Amino acid sequence: MIALPPTAPPGVITSDGLATDLLCFPTREQYFALVESFKNDGFEMCVDVCAVDYLEHAERALPDGVVATRFEVVTNLLSLSKRLRVRIRVQAGTDEPEVDSLFGLYPGTEALEREAFDLMGVLFTNHPDLTRILMPEEWEGHPLRKDYGSGRVPVQFKESPGPR
Amino acid sequence: MTDPTIRTADRPDLLTAETSEGAQELQLRSETSANELGREVGAVLRLDGLTLDPESVDFDRKDDETMIINMGPSHPSTHGVLRLMLELDGEFVLRTKPVIGYLHTGMEKTGEELSYVQGATNVTRMDYLSPVINELGYSMAVEKLLGIEVPARAVWIRMLMSELNRISSHLVWMATNGMDLGASSMMIYGLRERELILAFFEKTAGLRMNLNYVRPGGVAADLPDGWQDDVLVICDTIFARTFEYDELLTGQPIFRQRMVGVAPMTAEEALALGVTGPLLRSTGVPWDLRRTMPYLAYDEVDFDVIVGTYGDNFDRYAIRLNEIRESIRIVRQCIEKMPAGDYRSQDPKVTPPPRARIGESMEALIHHFKLFTEGFHVPAGEVYSAVESPRGELGCYLVSDGGPKPYRIHVRAPSFVNLQAVSLLMRGGSMSDTITVISTIDPIMGEVDR
Repeated sequence: MIALPPTAPPGVITSDGLATDLLCFPTREQYFALVESFKNDGFEMCVDVCAVDYLEHAERALPDGVVATRFEVVTNLLSLSKRLRVRIRVQAGTDEPEVDSLFGLYPGTEALEREAFDLMGVLFTNHPDLTRILMPEEWEGHPLRKDYGSGRVPVQFKESPGPR
Repeated sequence: MTDPTIRTADRPDLLTAETSEGAQELQLRSETSANELGREVGAVLRLDGLTLDPESVDFDRKDDETMIINMGPSHPSTHGVLRLMLELDGEFVLRTKPVIGYLHTGMEKTGEELSYVQGATNVTRMDYLSPVINELGYSMAVEKLLGIEVPARAVWIRMLMSELNRISSHLVWMATNGMDLGASSMMIYGLRERELILAFFEKTAGLRMNLNYVRPGGVAADLPDGWQDDVLVICDTIFARTFEYDELLTGQPIFRQRMVGVAPMTAEEALALGVTGPLLRSTGVPWDLRRTMPYLAYDEVDFDVIVGTYGDNFDRYAIRLNEIRESIRIVRQCIEKMPAGDYRSQDPKVTPPPRARIGESMEALIHHFKLFTEGFHVPAGEVYSAVESPRGELGCYLVSDGGPKPYRIHVRAPSFVNLQAVSLLMRGGSMSDTITVISTIDPIMGEVDR
């Protein structure tokens, strides 16, 4: 297990994770500063950003001091020079999940964050173009949420006759 | 009276509402934010906040001097249903925005409703040119959560099949790239050679594509009798033919003019965009997960990581051609070093019992029934596992709540991230270069849209 970079915001909770070198649990306020400190510490690439909806598991196992919320944003950072991986799980909120966008640090997170917004409804502050990316523009709801009934809405196609 | 919701000639706004995808599209410059504009013109390294002013990017451009056109979604060179919106000044591309989602089938949502046993059939359909490697990434994530070891023979079979799959995927890339550049004979040669590999897949797994061959716990079946001879023929044939491709393409003046020096990218830009695979290696970064973060038994075989220098189209072509040769090297070592033993884990909770045991053992019958009705339970936890697919880092993020189905499955698709490089690579190029850029990025739309 590696240590946090020296410039990381104080009070970030860490633990061991499966198949990663460090697992961090920052708060929403610490999230951007933590990622920035990792970037300055040699983590050149942000590999993945995705969101998880823990609607059915509010009481899941988390390290002491982490306040569980319904949505989590999971960010995977990669250091090519040190050959290390870091996974950051930030509790994004329950009713209006929102975290800072990493676009200013890693421009390659643009599409990944848009996907998390589109499918999970997590908002990303300061994202340049937070629009749907996979679903049609006029789609209602965020399909990967656990309370989104799959099959509830008949599949919408343009110029289809519509439900009878 | 006419219905006001029906479009008529004097109500063109309704036509717009009916056919527009709205804000996903490329907007006029006057309606685009500074950061978004910077992204669309490919100013990757200057996106530090709000330093870019729309006026400072091509300040003398007015919206009425340029033209926004659609390329795709159905265009023979977009390799599926990729839609690019291009802002053109005459022949030259100023801004690009990929609009995706035309092949979105909700596979991550589907994955939550399939058991871990069935999951491999789902992920194999994402990147349809490298199904084995998709299954591998998924199976390795499940195995890490389960905490089980895979027998040595299964590891080597997985390696053999992944490398054959990498060869076949790169061959399809060579074929389509040749076709995009007018070398139609390359199209035929590439698919002809790939057929050898698909025939071997069919002999081994029963299917040519979407194999469902690599499964949590091992592989679905042992290699067929005489597989060494089959694989050696594949290696010898394709290795000899890579030199024919050299003659056909590498030195050909028309091909070189379209590829050499076109659409270069620097290592800093590639890292900032998060692109992986041949795109990243073409810029000179020696990053290949098989070497740098070895999985399976890649640390026991001898192969070279192919690295480019300029990050241009030609480097990306040369890397893929040489990776075919390196994969053949690995396959040959797999033939030599293939250990004997089980081809799947013998843990009865994960692996179904052999057919003969079901008739005589009650316990085997119960295990078989439980496995194929409910599926096995995976301990609660979350894991991210990455493998090197022909297109880059293929990651699988799995969250388990202890049940027989994944609570959340997210696939980090390399094509999805790599596609963000189009704006950068197309900037300033001519319309005809867009074809080669899409081709050398090699997006697989099944994986982009999932």
